[in-house]
Amino acid sequence: MTIAAFAGIRRFDGTLRHIAYVLAENPVTGFAFAMFSVFVLLAVFGPSLAPYDPLASDTAQALTGPSAAHWFGTDQLGRDIFSRVVVATRLDLGIAVIAVALAFTAGTLLGLAAGYCGGWADRIIGRAVDTIMAFPLFVLAMGIVAALGNSVANIVYATAIINLPIYARLARAEANVRRSAGFIEAARLCGNGETRIVLTQLLPNILPLMMVQVSLTLGYAILNAAGLSFIGLGVRPPTAEWGIMVAEGASNIISGEWWVALFPGLVLMAAVFCFNLMGDGLRDIVDPLRRT
Amino acid sequence: MSQPAPGDDCRHPLLRVEDLRVDFHTRSGTVRALDGIGFELQRGEIMALVGESGSGKSVTAYAIMGILDAAARITSGRIQFGGRDLLTVGEKAMRSIRGRELAIIFQNPRTALNPIRPVGRQIADILLQHGGVTAAQAPRRAVDMLAKVRIPDPERRAAAYPFELSGGMCQRVMIAMALACEPALLIADEPSTGLDITTQAVIMDLVVELVASHNMATLLITHDLALAAEYCSRIAVMHAGHLVELAPTPLLFTMPRHPYTAKLIAAMPGEAGRLDMLAAIPGALPDLRRPDLPACRYAERCERAAADCREAPLLRLTSADGRQIACRHPL
Amino acid sequence: MPAPAVTIAGPTGETLLAATGLRKLYPLAHAAAPWRRRGQRPLLHAVDGVSFAIGRGETVGLVGESGCGKSTLARLVARLIDPTDGSIRFDGAEIGAVPAPRFGRSKQRAAIQMVFQDATDSLNPQFTAFRAIADPLIRLRNLSGSALRARVEEAARLTGLPLELLSRFPHQLSGGQKARVGIARAIAVEPRLLVLDEPTSALDVSVQIVILKLLQELKQRLDLSYLFVSHDLGVVRLLCDRVLVMYLGRIVESGPAAQVFAAPAHPYTQALLSAIPRPGARRSRIALEGEPRSPIDPDPTICRLYGRCARATDLCRSVAPPLRRVAAGHHAACHHAVDATETTQAAPRPLAVGS
Repeated sequence: MTIAAFAGIRRFDGTLRHIAYVLAENPVTGFAFAMFSVFVLLAVFGPSLAPYDPLASDTAQALTGPSAAHWFGTDQLGRDIFSRVVVATRLDLGIAVIAVALAFTAGTLLGLAAGYCGGWADRIIGRAVDTIMAFPLFVLAMGIVAALGNSVANIVYATAIINLPIYARLARAEANVRRSAGFIEAARLCGNGETRIVLTQLLPNILPLMMVQVSLTLGYAILNAAGLSFIGLGVRPPTAEWGIMVAEGASNIISGEWWVALFPGLVLMAAVFCFNLMGDGLRDIVDPLRRT
Repeated sequence: MSQPAPGDDCRHPLLRVEDLRVDFHTRSGTVRALDGIGFELQRGEIMALVGESGSGKSVTAYAIMGILDAAARITSGRIQFGGRDLLTVGEKAMRSIRGRELAIIFQNPRTALNPIRPVGRQIADILLQHGGVTAAQAPRRAVDMLAKVRIPDPERRAAAYPFELSGGMCQRVMIAMALACEPALLIADEPSTGLDITTQAVIMDLVVELVASHNMATLLITHDLALAAEYCSRIAVMHAGHLVELAPTPLLFTMPRHPYTAKLIAAMPGEAGRLDMLAAIPGALPDLRRPDLPACRYAERCERAAADCREAPLLRLTSADGRQIACRHPL
Repeated sequence: MPAPAVTIAGPTGETLLAATGLRKLYPLAHAAAPWRRRGQRPLLHAVDGVSFAIGRGETVGLVGESGCGKSTLARLVARLIDPTDGSIRFDGAEIGAVPAPRFGRSKQRAAIQMVFQDATDSLNPQFTAFRAIADPLIRLRNLSGSALRARVEEAARLTGLPLELLSRFPHQLSGGQKARVGIARAIAVEPRLLVLDEPTSALDVSVQIVILKLLQELKQRLDLSYLFVSHDLGVVRLLCDRVLVMYLGRIVESGPAAQVFAAPAHPYTQALLSAIPRPGARRSRIALEGEPRSPIDPDPTICRLYGRCARATDLCRSVAPPLRRVAAGHHAACHHAVDATETTQAAPRPLAVGS
């Protein structure tokens, strides 16, 4: 698209300034983005930052509490929990981001088609989405992973499928409202075909709302992946993943070794928290109506 | 039923607004929406408040009705109605006055009515609350009101929902609701904007006929100077929260004294022969949040503006016959 | 039954657009019998046999109240919707036959453009003013880069839009500025015919005048023809050369604007004109009783105004009147059209009973 061509450098400057304004205006948003950057850094550089090999077990050191050598302590196989948490970031974040990207893309396109075209497209897509939503979503995810097999890819697919309906419904509702708007008619006068109208005129209008949903869904996706791993239907040990670590550490709480489950749990919570907080900020950045 | 009101006497107007000032506190600043509005209204009189959007005419109406936004602060002024100052009577007393002695009809009739309640019931609700009728009599009286506003087949229509009625009919229902308890003062806030022109004429004719038969006072809020001229005996012109001129209608058109009034008259397409004879009003309404507003808020748009228009306090002259002009250099 | 084609002469005598027998019917799903197939459903006659022409350099006004079909007719002419019946010839080519979705790619797309009523609604809230104006140039004229920028700026200059506003979004612009963006977008591709659907009714009076004068100026500068749809008769009188009065999907009167306004021949036009508020003495109303007839499956043998008209006779109930000449270039669809040389406003008519 020649957006850059006719918008020119000026727009880019304006965008950066707008982002800075959004982050500065609401400290919560700024904080959430800062936390998100930390997570991204951990995901990218995690393995190099981890002080110990996450898979290296040292039974002599098993179940030692937090100390200077092991910031988060060690687990029952003597592996450094801090290293495992850091390395798990890449996996968890990766699963969440890819799953949400898939759900977002597929859901939005289907929802747009249903909302804009109406008629049979709407009916068929509507029924398909309803079918997915008829199941308790986590149970559905369990079912998919159980059927397809325990692998990271399958977790991603399962998470994507169960989060798709939300985007489809949202996109459909927004497209439906806007399809008779004046600017859509004006776009036809400009010689735009229907597909082009949906993608270049309609989609930017619904993106801000979808952004909020993206951030919420990222949180769900992480929880979903962690949950599946917690019940044994996800990532297999010895792979480091927050959910597995919480599961493995759960039985140790009773015997007093609280740190095995707590730290992965805290980091998991922080990630979900951070995504939720980012939602409004993302919307404010994307939506030009927020610009003064 | 309205009691004999002190407004019957010419020396005691039914409504007197004195030095009304209203501010709105918003995130982007304080909007000084009204700055010293004052006028009188006698029983049986129809007066218009005319101005562009943003001039404060609706704010004046809502202030009288006591239905201003929560962000509004009435910083000074008095609204004398029926021997009381409406600004001091308190919400409980206002609730009994509203509907019974004071009524308002709004601009967009379909949205002003409750969409999930049949119109007959909505009229009956008002009658039950204020009109002193029993629950058994109310439906019958509601149908009578519908017939009074000339809705054809009123018994059947009383059971209709607002979405089943046309815009003109919804407006008639609103008029019926407003007049159900025979109030002393009716405020009509742009009652015909948004209606077709033939419907507009019919609705306005109806309103005028009904208020005449009940000797009601009417305050007509509109941006349409021609409409005001056709139906009102006096016209008050508002600009940016100031009442710049108030005069009997024929005098206003033959001898406008305020430059803004003259510009408004020159902008009416109805009388112009050719397009180039229409003159746009230069400039735009000033931003009422500015702390440095000139004393005369029209000064920045006015060709006759002099230094004292900006500095010296706004000069308001009221003549014995009730004419008002707020200008240091009138025409 | 389609009214006979009305031939006109624009200032240069050349016909730019000729519509003949245009109809637009919408099938309605019957509430009581939703299973009825398309062919058996009741039909809403939005536009029912309209014929007219627009000459080069002419401004034709289209007036009527809500529900008369003028917006539908405007969209038919702008080729946003397809006619159910009838033909539209533009510049010699039959454009009515091309389906609306395909029309976007035809040569004539750029020649017919439209300005909408609500500029806020007709501008994409996510696009800057620049992008909005550039869109037709990119799609229809294949411009890009500096040529694009130059043309957009020229369109902005022609409409009096300050260039620094081009980078703003619609919510950062005032009503008048948005209206100018809408007009700039429409003229950017150098159209021949501009359809204006109530372009000023959402604006303040003062801004209206400015925009109307702008439209007048643009018409002369760019050699445009206008189809000006409006419910505001005062504005139509000032801007338009000829006027068409519509009622329930049909043209009931057409003729030179000055003449139709001074001496309307059709009772509906008379009622419309008498309803315009005027300062000075209250004029006697010519009121129409009751509500308009239903546009759903209307009886083709009855005059559409029957039941509301004071001139009604049995003839009106048995034959729907076609458009008939009442004076040079002036037609009215009434069996009892007043001779246009008489001025009907002189004799005050009493209020019809039951208004």
